Amino acid sequence: MIITDEIIDYVSSLARLDLSVEEKTKIKGEIEKIIDYMDVLNTLNTTGVEPMSHVLPVTNVFREDIVAASVPREEILANAPEVDHGAFRVPKTVE
Amino acid sequence: MNIAFTELTPIKAGEMVRKRELSVEELTKAYLKRSIALDGEINAFLRIEEEYALKSAAAVQKRIDAKEELGPLAGVPFGLKDNICTKGLETTCASRILGGFVPPYEATLMEKMSRGGAVLIGKTNMDEFAMGSTTETSYYKTTKNPWNLEHVPGGSSGGSAAAVAAREVPYAIGSDTGGSIRQPAAYCGVTGLKPTYGAVSRFGLIAYGSSLDQIGPIAPSAKDCAAILDMISGFDEKDATSMKTQFNAVAQLEGGVKDMVIGIPKSYFGEGLNGEVREIITAAIKVLTDAGAKVEEFDFSILDYAVPAYYIIASAEASSNLSRFDGVKYGFRAEDAEGLRDVYLKTRTQGFGSEVKKRIMLGAFALSSGYYDAYYNKALQVKALIKKAFDDAFAKYDMILGPVAPTTAPKIGESLKDPLAMYLSDIYTVSVNLAGLPGIALPCGFDQKGLPVGMQLIAKAFDDEKLLCAAHCYQQLTDFHRQFPALAGKGGV
Amino acid sequence: MSEIKYETVIGLEVHTELATASKIFCSCTTEFGGEPNTHCCPICTGMPGVLPVLNQKVVEFGIAVGLATDSEITPYGKFDRKNYFYPDLPKAFQISQLYLPICRNGVVAIEGEGFQKNIRIHEIHMEEDAGKLIHDPIFDTTHADYNRCGVPLLEIVSEPDFRSAEEVIAYLETLKAILQYLGVSDCKMQEGSLRADVNLSVRPLGQAEFGTRTEMKNINSFRSIARAIAAERKRQIELIEDGGKVIQQTRRWDDAKGVSYAMRSKEDAQDYRYFPEPDLSPVVISEEWQEEIRKGLPMLPKERKAKYMEGYGLSPYDAGIITGIKALADYFDEVNAIVGQPQEVANWLLGDFMRLAKAGEGDTFEILLSPAKLADIILMVKTNVINRNTAKEVFAAVWQEDLDPKQYVEEHDLAMVGDGDLIKDTVAKVLAANPKTVAEFKAGKEKVLGFLVGQCMKELKGKADPGTVNTLLREALK
Repeated sequence: MIITDEIIDYVSSLARLDLSVEEKTKIKGEIEKIIDYMDVLNTLNTTGVEPMSHVLPVTNVFREDIVAASVPREEILANAPEVDHGAFRVPKTVE
Repeated sequence: MNIAFTELTPIKAGEMVRKRELSVEELTKAYLKRSIALDGEINAFLRIEEEYALKSAAAVQKRIDAKEELGPLAGVPFGLKDNICTKGLETTCASRILGGFVPPYEATLMEKMSRGGAVLIGKTNMDEFAMGSTTETSYYKTTKNPWNLEHVPGGSSGGSAAAVAAREVPYAIGSDTGGSIRQPAAYCGVTGLKPTYGAVSRFGLIAYGSSLDQIGPIAPSAKDCAAILDMISGFDEKDATSMKTQFNAVAQLEGGVKDMVIGIPKSYFGEGLNGEVREIITAAIKVLTDAGAKVEEFDFSILDYAVPAYYIIASAEASSNLSRFDGVKYGFRAEDAEGLRDVYLKTRTQGFGSEVKKRIMLGAFALSSGYYDAYYNKALQVKALIKKAFDDAFAKYDMILGPVAPTTAPKIGESLKDPLAMYLSDIYTVSVNLAGLPGIALPCGFDQKGLPVGMQLIAKAFDDEKLLCAAHCYQQLTDFHRQFPALAGKGGV
Repeated sequence: MSEIKYETVIGLEVHTELATASKIFCSCTTEFGGEPNTHCCPICTGMPGVLPVLNQKVVEFGIAVGLATDSEITPYGKFDRKNYFYPDLPKAFQISQLYLPICRNGVVAIEGEGFQKNIRIHEIHMEEDAGKLIHDPIFDTTHADYNRCGVPLLEIVSEPDFRSAEEVIAYLETLKAILQYLGVSDCKMQEGSLRADVNLSVRPLGQAEFGTRTEMKNINSFRSIARAIAAERKRQIELIEDGGKVIQQTRRWDDAKGVSYAMRSKEDAQDYRYFPEPDLSPVVISEEWQEEIRKGLPMLPKERKAKYMEGYGLSPYDAGIITGIKALADYFDEVNAIVGQPQEVANWLLGDFMRLAKAGEGDTFEILLSPAKLADIILMVKTNVINRNTAKEVFAAVWQEDLDPKQYVEEHDLAMVGDGDLIKDTVAKVLAANPKTVAEFKAGKEKVLGFLVGQCMKELKGKADPGTVNTLLREALK
């Protein structure tokens, strides 16, 4: 698998990262090596093997539909970089 | 002086408090003083929380005075890895992006420990978001190995392991996603347990790879780890992956290893393993066979696929788990950003370190359209095969024994030069996480440089007590776990 | 436009907020509104380290909707993460279901003027709602309010089986009735608890393959859905006729301006990187669990309509309208239980009652008058205490404030004059006063009788049965 600049740009855009040229070169080189190594997986025949997302045989863990008190708003907002009118303030989202 | 710090195991300290040979405040003050003094060199702690610790100590003493039934570790100070949320105390994951974050809630682990009367004295350093094997990717500081300050303590729970090795605290809590408790424990000559996935609630543990992460203890001995596990394990209604298993490991420590059948995977002793480490572990195996255990070699060739499968799954989950750090709700926000997209880009680019960014990208790649099947899904299939290989092995063996890491602790600065080699050094630990099994690292010798060597025991899911029993048996016959680095030698309470 | 006739092909994604008390993954309230960020906790605001735990009721509601739409219930289901960055999504992923949704392959039968068809349901999945973003025009910034974050949703995805806006509306009304009957959602469109995304394409009539589709979001009333469909159909046809091409994109409907805008730019290629949610265990739905829920299902609109037609003799039209709104059907049952005259009750409900109730608000249906009081009015007519016209007057008067109709009749002296002599006297009086009209009638001009009845009623202040007056007049004129 060849890791192209396009792949790196696409993936960093997906991940909302804006890498400098040096950082991009470094990370690209490392990812190339790692992906190259990961391609060893292709030598293993996994036909018919069910992908395992959950290792424990646990199912149906539920909570009851009961309301509990919410957390005071000051605590919810306490760590926010910008707060306004009881809300998290962000740059405008209207397109 | 009643007792030297190096003799003061967590269980011993708990006893002394219970017998009123020491007050909780005296003990806490002594450890605060000691950790502040030693940490100038070691950098095990990100923050030592004096005021908080003294307040907790006073509260615990009151409960002891009121004859409240607390556990064996009541009043004993400990260090907590900084990826576990503490209500009202800064929690950063050693990342710039979480700088200043004060959780408005408590991790379930902390609630359980408070119930047991444990006294938190500080948050320990780690690799940023637990991504790393050396504790060098921390944004804030580099922790040193107390056995040799030029070497790394391992990672990602390097701060916790180093703090225990230097006896800055009687014990510490770490987390293990691919070896992050076991490997630093081995590098630092202490005992570290990664419990079965689901044994300890993850609520409040800031996720790296959610399907692999597990909290566990780092302490001088298996016996100490047993007492800690008893305190922290059990079902939590806030964690849908936690299990209804309440361990009582302390009560089952004395079973010995007689007639236990221990499997030795041949592939664990292949080319990659350092000769000295191999010899030391071979000697450790002999200790167990002399004690009555039977040993049998078996084929475990699936091991070759464990590291790539692990890094794909862990990175994929991390890329999603770490998306929430965007400069909107908490932590760092880049100042020079204009517009929403720019806030995301600049905050994340400036807020995360290089290793974290790399893994986020690796994970986003493995999940992205067109590559999901070849990488992520394939990795989940390999995970199934690894689980099956372990199931087959545990049909025959009570336990599996092997090394923790191929070498002893590398020098600071060495590992990050070759990241792939660093990933490969996780070969003996990651498969345990993929299969959700318990694994323990325990000291079993020293190389010629005087750096500790650890061995690893692995058991089937929820056989944590059996694992601790075997480890305890080994430690009854050896004294590697009682060794301490020179700088830890002074002082006592 | 050219000679080519175009066919519109539509598929719908309906999001319905479930009427659980607490959110899907935490125990904050789902109540609508509230001061910003007051229905929040670390879990629904995506703080680091927290974990979701699934609300069992959401699964039960999902099963109920699946059963009511003849869907296959997935015996082993999972949740997946849908990853994207937006400030209304604090975790930067939405917990949803991609690979193993709770239901698949359902069907909803719809009918309307000139059509009757089955709309196929592709799948139904459980997911969490996002927060609300409020634009602040003064400082030109946006405020994020996470009260709605984590309110449970069912997304009901249809196949592209619609060919007109009428079919779409009929489907939405049917679906809404089903959801309300099941009690799984209040379906208040103006509060966003029922929302529809419209996938639309056009193709020349007769062409087998579909055209390129667009997705329209942000449509929050039946009326705007019809408008949006008409506008998008027109836009696409014009584009094609002008030699252009429809681009697959998401568009945002602006109801005030009556136009839609393309929403997402290319750099945000929709690559959601779905993968199984590791923090939630799989959901296993046994036959027994399904059965248990099936047993608890209420009578659904289709069955209730059949019962109204067969059991009460109502016309399909009347039965359809009454059973189409659960609150109305429940009201019908209550009134009918007292009066035992289904057609009479239906006439009331479909007449003034409906007119006044609908005068309220769009798709809300507020019934101010208690059923027993409408029953009283109907019974007063039945027992000849008042006549129909008086009844309507009484209804209009007591409706708003749920007044007692009997008391109203008494207080306003509206009861009919049961006394035959008074009516006879009045008839005689009216005939004497209108000799000309009497002559006309006798000359065969039957029509004028109505005038004479009117005169008598007026004289009697409306408090007589017009039938009786009519009979007595005819007798007197013999």
